[in-house]
Amino acid sequence: MDAFLQNCLNGISIGSSYALIAIGYTMVYGILRLINFAHGDIFMMAGYFMIIAMTDLMLPWYVSVILVILATVLLGVFTEKLAYKPLRSAPRMSIMISAIGVSYLLQNLATYLFSALPKSYPTIGFLSQKIVIGNISTSLVTFITPILTILLVVGLVLLVNKTKVGMAMRAVSKDFETAQLMGIKINNVISMTFVIGSALAAIGSILYFTPRTQVYPLAGSLPGLKCFVAAVFGGIGSVPGALLGGFLIGLCETFIKAGRFSEFSDAFTFVILIVVLLFRPTGLFGEKISEKV
Amino acid sequence: MKKLLSIVLSAAMLAAVCSGCGTKTNDEAGTDTGNTIKIGVFEPTTGENGGGGVQEVLGIRYAKSLRDSVTIDGTEYKIELVEVDNQSDKTAAVTAAQSLVSSGVKAVLGSYGSGVSIAAGSTFRDAQIPAVGVSCTNPQVTAGNDWYFRVCFLDPFQGTVMANYAGVTSGFKKAAVICQNGDDYSTGLASYFKNAFKGDIVYEGTYNTNESDFNAILTAAKAANPDVIFCPSSIATAGLVIKQARELGIECAIMAGDTWENETIIQNAGADNCKGVTFSTFFDENDPAAAEFVTGFKAYLNADKQNLKLNGNSDGVAAVSALGYDAYNVVLDAIERAQSTDTTAIRDALTQSDSVGITGPLSFDENGDAQKDMAYIKTIEDGKFKFIGTQKTDGAFTPVE
Amino acid sequence: MKKSTKAICSLAAIAVLAAVIFYAGTLPTTSMFRTTFQMASIYALLAVSMNMLNGVTGQFSLGQAGFMTLGAYTYAILTIPVAARPNVYYLYGVAPWLENLILPIPVALIISGLVAALFAALIGAPVLRLKSDYFAIATLGFAEVVRIVVASSWLNTITNGSLGLNNIPSFKSYYSTFGVVIICIAIMGLIKNSTYGRSFKAIRDDEIAAEAMGINLAKTKLLSFVISSFFAGIGGALLAMYLKAVSATTFTLATATYYILLMVVIGGMGSISGSIIASFLVIFSKEWWLRFLDSPAYIGSFQVPLLRSGFRMVIFSIVLMVVVLFFRKGIMGDKEITWDGIHRLFTAKKKKREVSDDAR
Repeated sequence: MDAFLQNCLNGISIGSSYALIAIGYTMVYGILRLINFAHGDIFMMAGYFMIIAMTDLMLPWYVSVILVILATVLLGVFTEKLAYKPLRSAPRMSIMISAIGVSYLLQNLATYLFSALPKSYPTIGFLSQKIVIGNISTSLVTFITPILTILLVVGLVLLVNKTKVGMAMRAVSKDFETAQLMGIKINNVISMTFVIGSALAAIGSILYFTPRTQVYPLAGSLPGLKCFVAAVFGGIGSVPGALLGGFLIGLCETFIKAGRFSEFSDAFTFVILIVVLLFRPTGLFGEKISEKV
Repeated sequence: MKKLLSIVLSAAMLAAVCSGCGTKTNDEAGTDTGNTIKIGVFEPTTGENGGGGVQEVLGIRYAKSLRDSVTIDGTEYKIELVEVDNQSDKTAAVTAAQSLVSSGVKAVLGSYGSGVSIAAGSTFRDAQIPAVGVSCTNPQVTAGNDWYFRVCFLDPFQGTVMANYAGVTSGFKKAAVICQNGDDYSTGLASYFKNAFKGDIVYEGTYNTNESDFNAILTAAKAANPDVIFCPSSIATAGLVIKQARELGIECAIMAGDTWENETIIQNAGADNCKGVTFSTFFDENDPAAAEFVTGFKAYLNADKQNLKLNGNSDGVAAVSALGYDAYNVVLDAIERAQSTDTTAIRDALTQSDSVGITGPLSFDENGDAQKDMAYIKTIEDGKFKFIGTQKTDGAFTPVE
Repeated sequence: MKKSTKAICSLAAIAVLAAVIFYAGTLPTTSMFRTTFQMASIYALLAVSMNMLNGVTGQFSLGQAGFMTLGAYTYAILTIPVAARPNVYYLYGVAPWLENLILPIPVALIISGLVAALFAALIGAPVLRLKSDYFAIATLGFAEVVRIVVASSWLNTITNGSLGLNNIPSFKSYYSTFGVVIICIAIMGLIKNSTYGRSFKAIRDDEIAAEAMGINLAKTKLLSFVISSFFAGIGGALLAMYLKAVSATTFTLATATYYILLMVVIGGMGSISGSIIASFLVIFSKEWWLRFLDSPAYIGSFQVPLLRSGFRMVIFSIVLMVVVLFFRKGIMGDKEITWDGIHRLFTAKKKKREVSDDAR
């Protein structure tokens, strides 16, 4: 029973950091119809930014967090302007290759700049405090992660549904050209999407790396793919869907790892992906999108 | 069909251009072997095992700084080290090995990590270049390969030693074993431990390469309530496992193999969490027989900031550095004994080695493995490594005075 | 250009190629050219096989690594010498039915292709229904699943679990690999120019129009997927032969799929000759010419900045980005090298006088 509760807690915690990254995938896909393969690597770079800020520049944690979010947002928007914007009218395959190229570049660049050796992630003192409830023992960050994630998601849903920017985003994701005709500045909306996605990835990276204490150049690759699966599972384009998808993937993964089939935990994620794609491509919450001819 | 032919042509043209450079490189390799002997250093300086690989390279460089020539038939030959990075990756290892072979080395030192050595073993064998493994402990490295030797002990030995230390010396009855899927070193060591452990194995878990979340596995291990967790792993993983285990409230002993003798583990896991971490290794810097080496090597590290940084910002002497030093000397001894730069002669001379190095005896058995009979047991206390005694496979434990 | 001239040129080209391969074979085994030349030819096969599906048919798959792993393992399991097996499977032992099962190298090569093709046929039918990027991510997922299952403890006595296989035998002769590569690429070249090849291209250019023309979309896509995977399997087996050892981490997303995609994109999506040129360029530069980028260099006492471990791969990824953004067609676009093309290239530069002649 203790083990069960402990696993639930761990699963929800890891699931929420997945959710934060999955939102980045889901929003970009909703608007650009692009699987942003580089998103996982932007998340990895955010990890390195934190190391630079706290370990190399010795800044206090609250300054570092703000700097990391800013730097990650810049990187995300910069990527979009440099690698995706010039290809807006190109075939979808080109822009996807471009995303893969950015991912490959970021991984190799990180290897070059920071070496392939794992770097130890700075600890934010109070986050690593140990908490014991009954027989369950964990660090504070494990508790904070789901709470913070839910707050951020609620905020984001309000932003999308209640504000003008949100309305523009919804319009663009429904119909690119009509939205443009209506006077919506497409490029601003797209930049805004990348700003939100990257900022959440930065927060996600802090919550993800704090209990895992190390960053290496490929650290974003597998979590990135898993988060994409979470986004597909929840229904691509849907923010609450990404949250639910993240939770489910996190919980499944934790229980499989704790059980006898630990070596298949990653395989399971991808099997889910293929099954969902085949039988319910719109995921749990996704809207039915008819492919335009 | 025409198109196909044209493809063929373009490939041919390209190749023709390249071939020019190819011969040139070979000539160069041919000319500068005049009065130098090239020795290859086949180590990972990047990738998962980069940290340990670098420490081995440091040991080898230090050895060269003390002894940089050999005399054959009255002629002095300078030693030149050719260092390549095998990236801790089995695929990259083969090409890296190939590039060593191309550069005309007479012998090879390395590697840290068994997987890369196994992968490159047949390349060295086919090129007939003797290789001396430094800290690749998997039996596969030398088995069935007459050209591979090694100066360290083997995993079956190390696994048995640790099982004895845990079961006999410490009197633990229940062990949990966690190992890395896809890593020869980790899986091998774990399975030898399981075979030799006298008590019960209450939990077995595996994790994938680059895993960073061990909470689920450790929670399951905790539920089985073991006396000791045996978790042979890479340096990168070690810090995570220790930290996450302690955060989950697992207070039992955690044991592992030689890879854990690296200061970054303490930095990553936190000194408090490392209490009760025990592992076996090849060497101890307080061993009186090695005093000269230890002082010399510390001075060598402190002389250059870059070296200190490579050694993890500390002047602690890692066992793998000592092994690197021994491996270098064993090869030079062999060249002097062979009185020849012929690789077959060097290989034959290596089989006759009978010296004693700073890490123990350096004579090789029929497989090419150094005949070691004991391991050094160390533990972590107050954020420092502490040598507690030597353990033999028959269960005899000699505590340090 | 006249037919006879072309034939003479072609013969000359074959002779040159044969001479170069022969020359490479006579070099000592320590020669960098000899090794990289062989490696590049294997990658050329892999790049062309990926191009058949991704470039010619326009179905963007990221599953190459999975099919390579399948091919490599099948080949290794069937050919490791019986005497070496106890040594290879030292930890878990070998399955009884496998103990004495050994096949000649060419047969094992074909079977490894067939196994990859079989898996492609099995997953192809459902997965190919998915649209572009969903198809990409599903094949990527498949490749990851293959990697994990191959290394799992269930298959310990067959694949040696996570420890991988070694002692993999290769052809006795250095030239045989080239023979296999040339035959495979030739077959793909012929397919590309056949009716099937034209229907592949029709699907790439416009699926709906292709369907209207009476092309069976599902069947044709599946065919292309199976063909591509078959040759990816053979390529994987050849690489296993070259590396002499294989494990589940040998072919991963970054080290196999992206790497080969890089060659395909640089060479031009849809061009076989482009892929071949690009794979030779990429392999020669990465494994040989540009190796110096990874080691610090000194001019006198001045250390050249930037040169340090890892710089090589940064250069490659930047080249990939530049090609994607500015030269979307790559070296060859979707064209092939032809004598007419070469002829035109030279005449156009000199004068335009021979144009009329050329057209005949």
